[in-house]
Amino acid sequence: MRVNAVNLTCRRGGREVFAGVSFQLARGEALAVTGRNGAGKSSLLRIIAGFIRLAGGRLWLEGGDPELSIAEQAHYLGHLDAVKPSLSVAENLSFWTAFFGADAHKVQDALEMVGLGAIAALPAAYLSAGQRRRLSIARLLAVKRPIWLLDEPASTLDAAGRGRLTDFMQSHLVGGGLILAATHGALGLSGAQELSLDRPAHARTAETQHPAEAAP
Amino acid sequence: MTPLTALLVRDMRIAVRVGGGALIGVLFFVVVVTLTPFAVGPDLALLKRIGPAILWLAALLASLLALDRLFASDHEDGSLDLILTGRAPLELVIAAKGLAHWLSTAVPLIVAAPLIGLLLDIEPPAQAGLVLTLLVGTPALTFIGAVGAAIAVTLRRGGLLLAVIVLPLTVPVLIFGVAAANVAAGPVPFGTPFTVLCALTLASLVIGPFAAAAALRLDIE
Repeated sequence: MRVNAVNLTCRRGGREVFAGVSFQLARGEALAVTGRNGAGKSSLLRIIAGFIRLAGGRLWLEGGDPELSIAEQAHYLGHLDAVKPSLSVAENLSFWTAFFGADAHKVQDALEMVGLGAIAALPAAYLSAGQRRRLSIARLLAVKRPIWLLDEPASTLDAAGRGRLTDFMQSHLVGGGLILAATHGALGLSGAQELSLDRPAHARTAETQHPAEAAP
Repeated sequence: MTPLTALLVRDMRIAVRVGGGALIGVLFFVVVVTLTPFAVGPDLALLKRIGPAILWLAALLASLLALDRLFASDHEDGSLDLILTGRAPLELVIAAKGLAHWLSTAVPLIVAAPLIGLLLDIEPPAQAGLVLTLLVGTPALTFIGAVGAAIAVTLRRGGLLLAVIVLPLTVPVLIFGVAAANVAAGPVPFGTPFTVLCALTLASLVIGPFAAAAALRLDIE
């Protein structure tokens, strides 16, 4: 399975956000999308997830299930956590696993993995921002999908949470998954490609991150 | 559990829990109908004549009450994005959400209608007709309203716009619903307006999800 993008252009509200973005991402590879605020990191992920229509360029998938779109084989982890406050922690996760057609018995395991196992019966209204993010991440673990689209996944997590997230991403890559992550900090993944949306259009292609030129 | 049953169960659960708004609709319905005799006065003949119309109007307003949250709450917390990455077609997702909304807001109202109808001196045979028309007609209100809810989903205070968009579209349902419910009083046979009401509901069940899905896809951008 390989995600290919050639000369992607994004237009929002009549303004061109970015143009000429190209990358290739194969199984076991990660791509860190960087750029200043407003550079279009989130928009790029939303284009790949199919929420925003592409203004130009081509985006296609090689391999994978030909019956399904990229979005239907991807997990999207956005700024919003899609957590319903009146449902319990376990009910929230059970709904998404059932909705995505996965086995219900993975729910408790996934909650244990993100460290929410002890409060599975608590209404989600009482969760902190970081706990809500952990609950969202549990969705990626309970339902198996090959492509992960992560928008600032670590933004509200504590140090332990970030460490776990890196472990989850690492094992997802080892299992043959693909990760696209918009980020300001380092992803903590070795061998991740970097796509900077700040560079001039002709230079916007992904390249492998070398330790020397990685962002401080 | 299939994706659509999971969605149905989730929406019903949210509706009956704190802040869900399922019971608010019935209470609103009861209050509006109860206020009518105070406004019209204790003229039983008049109340009996306008009773079905009052109940239908109250049902229409009550079903609008929680409708603006149908997609807005999922849009605000990011659930709608995730629903779009699911493998269930958006049209069926909307049908499932509409069904959950109808079960949690309209069904309690239909159950309350014959009891509250006593206040307006509606007699048992007319009550049966009224319940039947509400049972058949309220799904049309939900699914016409779903289109409005989808159009207004990104707007703050979208409920006001929703009412302005949806209420004119519900006029045919109101006309034939009340006409069928009035059968004891009027010269028209029950079957004629009732069949038209059934047709309106079936048409809205088919058109509503497709129109709402098209509106939602535009809104998400």
